[in-house]
Amino acid sequence: MKIVYTDALIVGGGLAGLRTAIATKDKGLETIVLSMVPVKRSHSAAAQGGMQASLGNTVMSQGDNEDVHFADTVKGSDWGCDQDVARMFVNTAPKAIRELAGWGVPWSRIGRGDREVIINSKKETITESNESHGLINSRDFGGTKKWRTCYTSDATGHTMLYAVANEALKRGVVIHDKKEAISIIHEDGKCWGVVVRDLKNGDLIAYVARGTMMATGGYGRIYKQSTNAIICKGIGVAIALETGIAQLGNMEAVQFHPTPIVPSGILLTEGCRGDGGILRDKDGYRFMPDYEPEKKELASRDVVSRRMIEHIRAGKGVDSPYGEHLWLDISILGREHIEKNLRDVQDISKTFNGIDPADEGKKGWMPVLPMQHYSMGGIRTNAKGESPTMKGLFCAGEAACWDLHGFNRLGGNSVSEAVVSGMIVGEYFANYCKETHLATHTLTIKRFLQEQSDYLDEILAYDGEYNIFDIKDEMRNIMQEDVGIFRNGEGLKEAVEVLETLLKRTKQISVGSKIRGNNPELNESYRVPKMIKLALCAAKGALERTESRGAHYREDYTKRDDANWLKRTITSWKNPEDTLPTVSYEEIDIKGMELAPAFRGYGRKGSLIENPLSGERAKEIEEIKKKLKGCDRFELQDALMPYKLPLNFKEKNERVGVGYE
Amino acid sequence: MNRQHHQDEIIEGREITLTIFRYDPNNKESKPHYQDYKIAETPGMTLYIALINILTRIDHDLSFDFVCRAGICGSCAMVVNGKPRLACKTLTSEFTDGKITLLPLPTFQHIKDLSIDTGTWMNAMSVKVESWIHSKEQVDISKLEKPIEPEVADEVFELDRCIECGICLASCSTRVMREDFLGAVGLVRTARFAIDPHDERTDDDFYELIGDDDGIFGCMSLLGCEDHCPKDLPLQTKIAYMRRKMVEVK
Repeated sequence: MKIVYTDALIVGGGLAGLRTAIATKDKGLETIVLSMVPVKRSHSAAAQGGMQASLGNTVMSQGDNEDVHFADTVKGSDWGCDQDVARMFVNTAPKAIRELAGWGVPWSRIGRGDREVIINSKKETITESNESHGLINSRDFGGTKKWRTCYTSDATGHTMLYAVANEALKRGVVIHDKKEAISIIHEDGKCWGVVVRDLKNGDLIAYVARGTMMATGGYGRIYKQSTNAIICKGIGVAIALETGIAQLGNMEAVQFHPTPIVPSGILLTEGCRGDGGILRDKDGYRFMPDYEPEKKELASRDVVSRRMIEHIRAGKGVDSPYGEHLWLDISILGREHIEKNLRDVQDISKTFNGIDPADEGKKGWMPVLPMQHYSMGGIRTNAKGESPTMKGLFCAGEAACWDLHGFNRLGGNSVSEAVVSGMIVGEYFANYCKETHLATHTLTIKRFLQEQSDYLDEILAYDGEYNIFDIKDEMRNIMQEDVGIFRNGEGLKEAVEVLETLLKRTKQISVGSKIRGNNPELNESYRVPKMIKLALCAAKGALERTESRGAHYREDYTKRDDANWLKRTITSWKNPEDTLPTVSYEEIDIKGMELAPAFRGYGRKGSLIENPLSGERAKEIEEIKKKLKGCDRFELQDALMPYKLPLNFKEKNERVGVGYE
Repeated sequence: MNRQHHQDEIIEGREITLTIFRYDPNNKESKPHYQDYKIAETPGMTLYIALINILTRIDHDLSFDFVCRAGICGSCAMVVNGKPRLACKTLTSEFTDGKITLLPLPTFQHIKDLSIDTGTWMNAMSVKVESWIHSKEQVDISKLEKPIEPEVADEVFELDRCIECGICLASCSTRVMREDFLGAVGLVRTARFAIDPHDERTDDDFYELIGDDDGIFGCMSLLGCEDHCPKDLPLQTKIAYMRRKMVEVK
């Protein structure tokens, strides 16, 4: 029996996992990070456009601060997020970016004087002050009031990930890659580690720890078309679900990004539009201003994606062998800008489509279509990042439903959340690991190891008619068809039925190679049932949620229904033999909100069913504001919704020109 | 290589042959051999699409490494018709005779078929060159960040674009002879920190890390690294930059 003991165990080596590892190691805890791939290849590296933090350095972000970032995030979430968490996040984000700057992330910096930018497809000149010279620059992004997204060209995730990974190596964090966690070890409702399969040789190993953090990313690969890396299968989230104790939140909240390139589905960053790029239809017409007069191409992602599909349905899509698409035009930004700030976009477009987007006119237009991009749902945690139902199981980053994003995440808030949650949740997790001592038994550990060993043998012994790759394709197709951007009761009902059948069918397969070692078909054979369980949580959650909120859009229930649906979907898998998840709900407390539910400011107007409590809360907020007239914004915030942060994270953030105000 | 030219030449839906190295060192019955796979080419097909096609339709036991499939993560380096390249960024249309031979990237621990272990070596390299900022300054993260000249930040970013794919090592004659040679990836990493204003290390400090034949003096300037780097990094000029600095260290 192979057992590895450590103090803090982190599953997942992306930004959230590695930043957590730094937090635990700095507290003197022995720390192991497990990763399916070398950590610097994690999907965090694929984040292109940037990281939101309200530094307010550039002239285009003057007046930005935590309050503005908070309001943008809450509106973006369509009031689905946990406002406490959003507050914790916005106050820590500027600290995170400054920490990263100190660790060498080569953030693009501001140069004093005039520079030309494209705003609403027109050239304008902006003038940067002397004081901001050399400070971190930021670009415009969707759903934000200010230019808040800090960047390193369009390779932001890459530079962040390398800096954080290197800092982890500096501290002696132990990294074991090519390792996949396939089940969670628990006893008496407490988590004590994971059973791991070594992807090099198939060995099973138990990693046992005082506390376990899941930072395993999203589950985008349950869809046929996704921008996600092929490792984003959600296995970490699925094994939490399979405990029957830990629960998942808002699995139906799935984001579709407006501009992946057709047909490969590789992302073209929102920075394309943030920097002034526009969307065009088959006639070359810029259509977004007709739908969204105020934000145009820079409404939130859920809104832009829906408007694009609406426009295609109106007969304005461009025909291609891969179906209809629209055009993304960045040629108007000029070659110099593209080759400096959007160079990976240019490289991707040239390599995979033979199109140089810097070429002027139609020649440079890139074919785009909305595709799955981000998982707002994940392992449900409290504000400290711990599962409320399983002690010792923490979760951070995209794998978590912490819940910063509600039903739609803003661009630039993902890598930002990954690092910030690594700092905040990492600190709470480290404290937990310090205070907790192992209270499990080798007998328990052995039982979990044996269970997985038996399960793998069982798979190899299956003698059925199906093959796992076909089942996976069917799952991905039905998710694409029926649990996509536009959803309806009929389609969702069918999706749940088909997925349930597919789940049963995963036991009616045959695996060609019978070896337990390095065996790609065996990998898929234990992963796909897990993926289908997540797909079922998403489809079932979407079927039951008879409203439209953020990225979840029901053609048969087109209004956001605050009267009945201001709640989080909770899914669990009570018994291993179940073929459907159990769905329940967690109320969102309107009376505790700092920002009462209202219209987002973009998207369709007049499609909101109000909750009477929203008006009451709005009134209370007004009264508190009136009473505290003359107080500074921090006192006001504290009166509206007090929140806590660990370490010095609650300190005020300094800004150029305004100090700590 | 002019892609458009090749695309014009190919007949849509032609059959292509992939000849792939097969071997599982952990399986005693496995012997190294080549296996041919014939598939129908589709427009815009990359080696990623071709290999996924083979795995899901023809041979469920073929091992290889892909993650981002977009040329940014560096996982899928392999030897394609004799040259080390990122498979995900390689279009099959480039090969006019429709014959493509794939081998695992040399100089790394072989796992199976086209799958290799790069993480162990790359992490050890990062530790060896101390691939992080060295500074005595305690950063107060609530205060304004230290200003950096925009051009300097851009220069650092340029060198920070390395994706540790290992292609420079597979292209390097010194690396074939010296297992511990840091290669372009390690040497250019030191250049990246040497020009970063946050890093307080002196030339003497860097000499301690790379001032030997496993480091800067091992490079024979054959330029294989620069010829094949998929990110077009200025490897040779930066190795030369570090060598000039190291030669001057007394």
